[in-house]
Amino acid sequence: MSENYVPSSKFGKWFNDRLPLLTLSKHLTDYPTPKNLNYWWTFGGILTFCLISQIITGIVLGMHYVAHADMAFSSIEHIMRDVNYGWLIRYIHSNGASMFFLAVYIHIFRSLFYGSYRSPREIIWILGMLIYLLMMATAFMGYVLPWGQMSFWGATVITNLFSAIPLVGESIVTWLWGGYSVDNPTLTRFFSLHYLFPFLILGLVVLHIWALHVPGNNNPIGIDIKKPSKDTVPFHPYITIKDLFALLIFMTIFAGFIFFAPNILGHSDNYIEANPLVTPKHIVPEWYLLPFYAILRAVPDKLGGVVLMLGSIFILMALPWLDSSKVRSTVFRPLYKKFFWLLVIDVLALGYVGAMPAEGLYLLIARVGTIYYFAHFLIVLPVLSRIEKTEPVPLSISEPVLGGMLKPEMARSDRKDV
Amino acid sequence: MDKPEKKGNRRDFIFTASYTVGAIGVGATIWPLIDQMNPDSSVKALASTEVDISQIEPGKSVTVLWRGKPVFIKRRTQEEIAEAQSVSLDDLPHPEKDQDRVKNPEWLVMLGICTHLGCVPLSDKGEYNGWFCPCHGSHYDTSGRIRKGPAPTNMEIPKYAFVDDNTIKIG
Amino acid sequence: MCNLRARFLILFLIFFSITFNSVRSEEKVKLLKIDWSFKGVTGKFDRASLQRGYQVYTEVCASCHSMNLVSYRNLGEKGGPEFSVEQVKAIAANFEVEDGPNSDGEMFTRPGRPSDKFVSPYPNVQAATAANGGAYPPDMSVLVKARKGGSDYIYSVLMGYEDPPAGFELEDGVYYNKYMDGQKIKMSNPLSEGIVTYADGTQTTQAQMAKDVTTFLTWTAEPHLETRHKMGVKVIIFLTIFTLLVYLSMRRIWSRIDSEK
Repeated sequence: MSENYVPSSKFGKWFNDRLPLLTLSKHLTDYPTPKNLNYWWTFGGILTFCLISQIITGIVLGMHYVAHADMAFSSIEHIMRDVNYGWLIRYIHSNGASMFFLAVYIHIFRSLFYGSYRSPREIIWILGMLIYLLMMATAFMGYVLPWGQMSFWGATVITNLFSAIPLVGESIVTWLWGGYSVDNPTLTRFFSLHYLFPFLILGLVVLHIWALHVPGNNNPIGIDIKKPSKDTVPFHPYITIKDLFALLIFMTIFAGFIFFAPNILGHSDNYIEANPLVTPKHIVPEWYLLPFYAILRAVPDKLGGVVLMLGSIFILMALPWLDSSKVRSTVFRPLYKKFFWLLVIDVLALGYVGAMPAEGLYLLIARVGTIYYFAHFLIVLPVLSRIEKTEPVPLSISEPVLGGMLKPEMARSDRKDV
Repeated sequence: MDKPEKKGNRRDFIFTASYTVGAIGVGATIWPLIDQMNPDSSVKALASTEVDISQIEPGKSVTVLWRGKPVFIKRRTQEEIAEAQSVSLDDLPHPEKDQDRVKNPEWLVMLGICTHLGCVPLSDKGEYNGWFCPCHGSHYDTSGRIRKGPAPTNMEIPKYAFVDDNTIKIG
Repeated sequence: MCNLRARFLILFLIFFSITFNSVRSEEKVKLLKIDWSFKGVTGKFDRASLQRGYQVYTEVCASCHSMNLVSYRNLGEKGGPEFSVEQVKAIAANFEVEDGPNSDGEMFTRPGRPSDKFVSPYPNVQAATAANGGAYPPDMSVLVKARKGGSDYIYSVLMGYEDPPAGFELEDGVYYNKYMDGQKIKMSNPLSEGIVTYADGTQTTQAQMAKDVTTFLTWTAEPHLETRHKMGVKVIIFLTIFTLLVYLSMRRIWSRIDSEK
């Protein structure tokens, strides 16, 4: 219906006829959104804020940072000490990366719980996974730029993994490095790509939101709804204000880190300049990469570790086809719900052991955790989705909101819309 | 019925207050992003330079770098001073008295940048015993004033002061 | 729904606290804790302590430890020791700085200026390492941030020299320190009572000097700490007010549908 929108001003109409930005704006404003969305749905807006914040602070930092092995570390100290508000912009950017990942993990787990990845939203989900991959690459390269001990050694360990590829592995690593070890050529190309990738992410985010607007949002009870209807509200002002409220709470936590504990999520070794002759006692990535690090080190074989680490992300891409339950939202899947929480605990445990030395009990937990992770997606989910007895699903959103009694006969197991 | 009206006023207040506070927030956020492009404190620390002039003989000059630009410091001979002071203002494309361009007539401190298009003029050259800019042929006199050629104004005098008899602080 | 949210939140909090603690403290020995004036939401540096700490750094540490990211002018800036303009000029002029090349192509030395970085005791890392028995005395500009435990760790190490327990093997040139990784350090105890005479007359016990120099080193690592804290308080207050206003706006907007059921 916003396709028939006619702007009120003459200039507006003239412009809109040539580039329908006003029609787009009307569509976004009127976009019918389920009225029962809870706060787990605010993280999309929060993520958009994080991306823009990182891009803006990143571009500003790029005006002062020097991407050369001899000057990188001191250029960042120059930013922290001399550049007006440099310390603030740097801390926003470094803590912003952590906040970005915190938000993306909540966003992903929301999708897992409510079945937002299921038909007809598979492409949104895959685009999301691609965004996540680019985020990890961007964060990894960004962490190298200060050229501290963790920057250098983290880069060395992770790039060395590619040597596990049979036949061409060594050549690929040399190609990545631009030399025979991580050094200046590696740094300069990482700077270039670190600057580029967020704009690729931005493009994918546009596609991600576009793909979302085709079927519309999922909702906590996972049923399909008519749009617009009594079950929906226009995006503006109902959802915009709610997203803003959630964003402000998020920003308050963010500010807490920036102003009062700006280095708590980082590693003190990265305030030591990179030294190729001295390896830190424990090489640890930033917290948001720890679960993958745990999986990587759980496998005794180098190539196996790399394969499983990548596999842990690619298996998520296959998720829409692994889950064949008749019910979309875990709210109505009481048995699967238990396994969902088990997965959450599993990922947290993997994150914990990822920060520990890969030996003894830690290694055992990492292995058990890795096995469960893959078992959850390859065995538990497909099996349960076939055999689980699900709870009855309401027919509409307004019904549970009104607090009325669920009429069992209203819930049918032959429903085609869930 | 005044109920909807009262409600209306309260509703507007909350919204107005939110917009206002939001605007303040946006402004406060934008300022650091703009200010970071202003000269940082390491650049500002080099905003002034002190130069030791005790080794400069009469008739000689030194060129120092100040804020990335050349500054000519010339210790003028009595003839050069006399020449500079005796020029009639009508002969000058950019009329300026020599006395207005120097604090101590023996010392000429000026930006060594041709006011035409920015080249660095050569000293002790040109038809007026001052400087000559080889780029487009501007001639400057012993006071650094343009006499002939395309330059529109005299070479600029920066802010400077004598810290003591042997030291000049520029900037 | 509330239960779900709460569980999620708790799990994430647990995850974070575990990660911090696991990544942060692997020391089995508990560090000495000081009630630093700069800790906490409204923490500030003790100006006098900073000036004393600078004196300790210059007279005791600077012969081996460089601080090449700090400039003399920083000593006069707000939020630091706040020496006066003349004092800063005088301090800088005490040091010979290499400059050049001059117009003859030669390097030369001249007295320091406020804009210069702190002069290093050695020309490069290799010279520093060779002159100190193969152990490089780390640059101190960000040392407090470069060690787990931060200020508490630096203070503890300075106070941690003791006689080794019976049977503990110490090579030549290696000393026992309770708080160092492996309990070994290649620097002898740098602080002894009275090694410095404070300009303001404060008693120079080892603990006092350790506290002052650690305060100074915390400032060199975080020169904008005070501004950061002040701004942080203002930002959090602002966000709280704004969040409340937006919350009320949200309730007002959503009341439109709750009323048209």
